[in-house]
Amino acid sequence: MATLLTERGRFEAGRSDGESLWLSSAALGEATGWELKPEGFCRDDICVPLPPGREAEFKRGNEVDAARLFRHAGQPIVASRDKSVWSLGTSAGIRTNALENLEAPDVALPDLDGKIHRLSDQRGKKVFLSTWASW
Amino acid sequence: MWQQLYDELKDYGFMVFAVAMDSRGNEAAKPWIDAAKSTYVSVIDAEHRLADLYNMVNVPEAVWIDEAGKIVRPTEVAGSGDYFRKMDRQTKQLPEEGKVMRETMRAHYMNALRDWVKNGTKSQYAFDSKAARAHVRPQSEDVALGHCWFRLGQHLHNAGKTDEAEAALAEASRLHPDSWNIWRQMGDLKLKGQPNPDFWARVDTLGDKRYYGKIDMPGMP
Repeated sequence: MATLLTERGRFEAGRSDGESLWLSSAALGEATGWELKPEGFCRDDICVPLPPGREAEFKRGNEVDAARLFRHAGQPIVASRDKSVWSLGTSAGIRTNALENLEAPDVALPDLDGKIHRLSDQRGKKVFLSTWASW
Repeated sequence: MWQQLYDELKDYGFMVFAVAMDSRGNEAAKPWIDAAKSTYVSVIDAEHRLADLYNMVNVPEAVWIDEAGKIVRPTEVAGSGDYFRKMDRQTKQLPEEGKVMRETMRAHYMNALRDWVKNGTKSQYAFDSKAARAHVRPQSEDVALGHCWFRLGQHLHNAGKTDEAEAALAEASRLHPDSWNIWRQMGDLKLKGQPNPDFWARVDTLGDKRYYGKIDMPGMP
């Protein structure tokens, strides 16, 4: 199993093979929101077409090569030296677009007791989302 | 810091969602959270996911979000200013004018928040959509990649792979040099709560540049 770190949290899924990260489509969707569709590699209303005739390089049975797809779609991705841990991000273009839409990105984080609190659970209230740090 | 404000405003349909950007997790954040005795939501973000999602570079920063989940004020400094740079570095004391500025800015920010909670879109401190969009900070692809390296670095650190973690975190900071969150967190993973001896030297390299960005709000000094 590989460890995936994304803006949604930490996931154990798939397997690494050199520069490839093979995942089920479901696992990729859960961890990142991206999925491979007939029209391309898509998240929300964005779809990046695959290079014509080379679709097979990105897909093997039910698995997709998330690393190759991310690089193709211009999404940031880095891995630990032994390729056991992958950190998958979101490009500045998509991030800035999302923020300019003014929809507050959702986030789910634990309190001291490990209980998860989701920002969107506060819908219906005005929310002051505020950061601090011990350091 | 926010408890009093929350108590005062909670009956208006208001929530504080306070996020500790602490990669050392509960160990680092618990004493502060215990001392705050807060009744609002108080969570810990070891991976600094919020900084990635909301393009944050420092603490305290905040976002105002309305009842429908729309951003009313995008990421900005939550009432702090660069007055702290004039403090006595031995005694940590602010000169009198710095103390006045600290209180003025904090009080003004709190009053603005009160005004928005009570008056909603009619508040002069709530941006309309156009103004809110204009206040979204631009982000570069280097920054996006920097957040990836940071997430990897803090994970490797907490997994005991200290050397590789250090390299990943240094790469994150190199790609996103404006992020004090990344730089200071990187230091704290080593220093475990001790003051960073390099902090003031890095602040001094800013010269005329700000540490805390300007808060674009009527009446804010």
